[in-house]
Amino acid sequence: MEYDIEVTVNDVHYKTRVPASFTLMQLLRDKLHLTGTKEGCGIGECGACSVMLDGQLVNACLVLGVEANGSAVRTIEGEAKGEQLSDLQQSFIKHHALQCGFCTPGMILSARDLLGRVPAPRDEQIVEAIAGNLCRCTGYETIVDAIREVAHGPKGGAK
Amino acid sequence: MTVPFHSDKHQYVGGNGERLDAVDKVTGSAVYVHEMAIPGMLHGRMKVSPHAHARIKRVDTSKAEKVEGVRAIVTGATLDMTLGLYMCDRPILGRDVVRYQGEQVAAVAAETEFAARRACELIEIEYEPLPAVFDPEEALADNAVRVHPDLHTYNHMRGVFFPQANTNIAHHQKIRKGDVEAGFAQADRVFEHRFTNPPVAHAPIETHVTIAQALPGRRAHIITSAQSPFTVRNLFAIAFGMPHNAVRVQIPYVGGGFGGKAGIHLEPLAYCLSRAAGGRPVKITASREEEFNVLPSRQGLKTIIKTGVKNDGRITALQVKYMWDAGAYADYGVNIGRAAATSGAGPYVVDNCWIDSLVVYTNKLYGTAFRGFGHLEVLWGVERNLDRIAHALGLDPYEIRQKNVLRAGTTTITGEKVTPNHGRPDICLETVAKDIAFDNRTRTSTTGPLPKGKVRGKGIALLQKSPAMPVFTSCSAIVKFNEDASVNVLISGVDYGQGTYTSLANIVAQELSIPRDKVQVVFDCDTATQPYDWQTVASRFQVMGGNACIDACHDCIAQLKQVAGQVLRAPDHELVCEDERVYVRHTPDQGLSYREIVLGYTYPNGNSIGGPIIGRGKYIAQGLTHLDPQTGQGKAALDWTYGAHGVEIEIDTETGEMEIIKISSAFDIGKVIHEGMCRTQVQGGVLQGLGSALFEGFRFDERGRMLNPSFVDYKIPTAKDAPREMRQHFVETPQLDGPFGARGVGEHPMISIPSAVGNAIFDATGVDITDLPLTSERVYMALKAARKAREA
Repeated sequence: MEYDIEVTVNDVHYKTRVPASFTLMQLLRDKLHLTGTKEGCGIGECGACSVMLDGQLVNACLVLGVEANGSAVRTIEGEAKGEQLSDLQQSFIKHHALQCGFCTPGMILSARDLLGRVPAPRDEQIVEAIAGNLCRCTGYETIVDAIREVAHGPKGGAK
Repeated sequence: MTVPFHSDKHQYVGGNGERLDAVDKVTGSAVYVHEMAIPGMLHGRMKVSPHAHARIKRVDTSKAEKVEGVRAIVTGATLDMTLGLYMCDRPILGRDVVRYQGEQVAAVAAETEFAARRACELIEIEYEPLPAVFDPEEALADNAVRVHPDLHTYNHMRGVFFPQANTNIAHHQKIRKGDVEAGFAQADRVFEHRFTNPPVAHAPIETHVTIAQALPGRRAHIITSAQSPFTVRNLFAIAFGMPHNAVRVQIPYVGGGFGGKAGIHLEPLAYCLSRAAGGRPVKITASREEEFNVLPSRQGLKTIIKTGVKNDGRITALQVKYMWDAGAYADYGVNIGRAAATSGAGPYVVDNCWIDSLVVYTNKLYGTAFRGFGHLEVLWGVERNLDRIAHALGLDPYEIRQKNVLRAGTTTITGEKVTPNHGRPDICLETVAKDIAFDNRTRTSTTGPLPKGKVRGKGIALLQKSPAMPVFTSCSAIVKFNEDASVNVLISGVDYGQGTYTSLANIVAQELSIPRDKVQVVFDCDTATQPYDWQTVASRFQVMGGNACIDACHDCIAQLKQVAGQVLRAPDHELVCEDERVYVRHTPDQGLSYREIVLGYTYPNGNSIGGPIIGRGKYIAQGLTHLDPQTGQGKAALDWTYGAHGVEIEIDTETGEMEIIKISSAFDIGKVIHEGMCRTQVQGGVLQGLGSALFEGFRFDERGRMLNPSFVDYKIPTAKDAPREMRQHFVETPQLDGPFGARGVGEHPMISIPSAVGNAIFDATGVDITDLPLTSERVYMALKAARKAREA
């Protein structure tokens, strides 16, 4: 069974048709060709596919594509404004807060969600916010540094 | 008097510039195999064995063939190729017999993922279960089940590996030095201890994924998430009897490897499916569960270590039996058994040493390379062993190490002379001991009062590793100039996250004296166009790749001078290449910009000379020898990187819950080529090591089925598991043949983390744990047992 859906991703409106079994991740990656959202496990364990669905951080592998009908989605492709990288992206680069890069899009989405809810988070809140995003490369410290600097400036921060 | 000509404008070695791959990765535009497709591509799925050891009696694919969209089905009976890095022991699909739960037995290519999955379910396979063996020690028994009854007939790398007929031993590595019996006779005390390590998952966030296409004229095109393009090509060409230049292997961005993608994995199977499907490309993406229980892991290890010591702590003799749990196939395992044995006594002077390192087949998921290549496992025993001995002798763990550590003038257990250019484990140890105030050990807090029931402890551990690589390992690089005098660097080591390309950019920019942002190291490896490199493993890429890049830059400089010399009417030795110019050294105004030369120089009248500047560089390690088969003596090491960790831990004695307060790490890496890349490698490696220390390890049921093939049941460290503080120190004793004096440090950060944590637990509680991982549960049970013993 397939369904016609309409969805707005990163302010772009799409009309498309998806099988009922398609996840939001499949919709984004396979239908809309927005492949910045990564699949690390497909069953909600690793956080690599974190995206914002109507302002809520979700694992795109645990939401059906049809559930996104009429919704607004934000993905890593919506983080920069044209060529202008966002504050988080710049800070991740500055702190070398990525290695293989496969968890990075989800990590940035989780950080964006945190900063939307808590503009000046303490370190424990940063750690809590990214605890659902697995990274096997970095040891997380540079990621926490990068997020802290966006929240508190180069000299500020809880640490 | 010499005049300093060199400006300091383009000094990048030691700098901290942005990663070359950073923008692609933070914007989501980095392309991995996961999102790649070729027109006409089919989806491949694998069917795997539910049994650890069984005979395949019947395979029926008739129902599967009827599934709409199925284009090809392959089974073991239809494929007769055998794969192996060092030991040809692994069929592409299980044939006649399966040897582990998870072994691939059939595969399907279909128009959709769903159809492929459905068809796999409908393939009927009848098995006759066979008795199985799961423990390497039990597998050594005379009457043990034989995992490979014909192992002595298998093709293998002769003279290096020694499979033993009528056993489960894929390789027996011997180290023999001095007279071990005499050494024990000299000892005041002799200790014997046992240690174990479970098999461990690499768990890259990108699972294994590959696209393969059988092209007309017996050619193959492979796009894959792998670490070593030329090794995939080589093993593939050998397995299928193809000329090497008929096999093209491409590797785009890779989402983590850690050794798990070092060899050849899904590529041959995808190719066989493509061939069976009339040449349509086939993509196989491992699911997370398959990543855990089909693709290989780190080997388990059992260690029995016997040590003779004087009362002052000096080691007089060491005898070790390492029993590696290779699983069903040898893969890299035999080489791990060889390489780790050369570090099997730790970075210590042991004049009387006897090591038997046995790589033993069992009916479990097979092992492969894993960051550290056996050293985390070996040093778990060696470094815990020393603390136990120190405790029994009433010595300080720091003193016993400093008393025995390798220093200039001593020799290693493989007979290699330690020189002043070798690196300094003693200084690494001193550095971390100071950093955690190891001499001020108290079970109370140094940072304020502790809650009731909590205690603190500190542990230290040394580590060492050299690259495990063939003596003839070589590497090459091409540096080619573009119109604007920027350069592209072509090299075939893969940067799957380590940051090596970013470090190489520092080297190339400095050598050519150009701005670093004019250096692009090409991230898309392709065996059809890139120059040869052996493998991206063993922490040898920056060293060998760095040297190859320097050589290529020298070639560029020679070519630049050759052209400029004609125009400037000056001999080579009077020319200087600096700040993107070639000029006559006595009259710097007399010069040409690189831009005027790099594609050829044109005189005012139109005559042109030169041509595109393309530098070629290479490197091969100097003076390596095979190890003597009977004694293990020889020089196998490109370089030795030594290091140490200091750990401070807080333990809740009521619950066994632990918090890592601080980890301080020091490595003698010769020279810091890129400050941030070194620091972040260490941070990541330390946390990965902490995973091995505290919670990682596969568990199997009594029938050999893996119990924890998911991130829910197999925990890797999250941000919450990071220590409160991690510190990194770099000692710089130059490696004279390293690029700018540098050594590798990719794997080393995770080695000896479990040892230091185990020693810290011992220090804090007196509880002496010998089996990894050091889970809270295990610590709690040990504390409880200790309390009971005290009360009794």
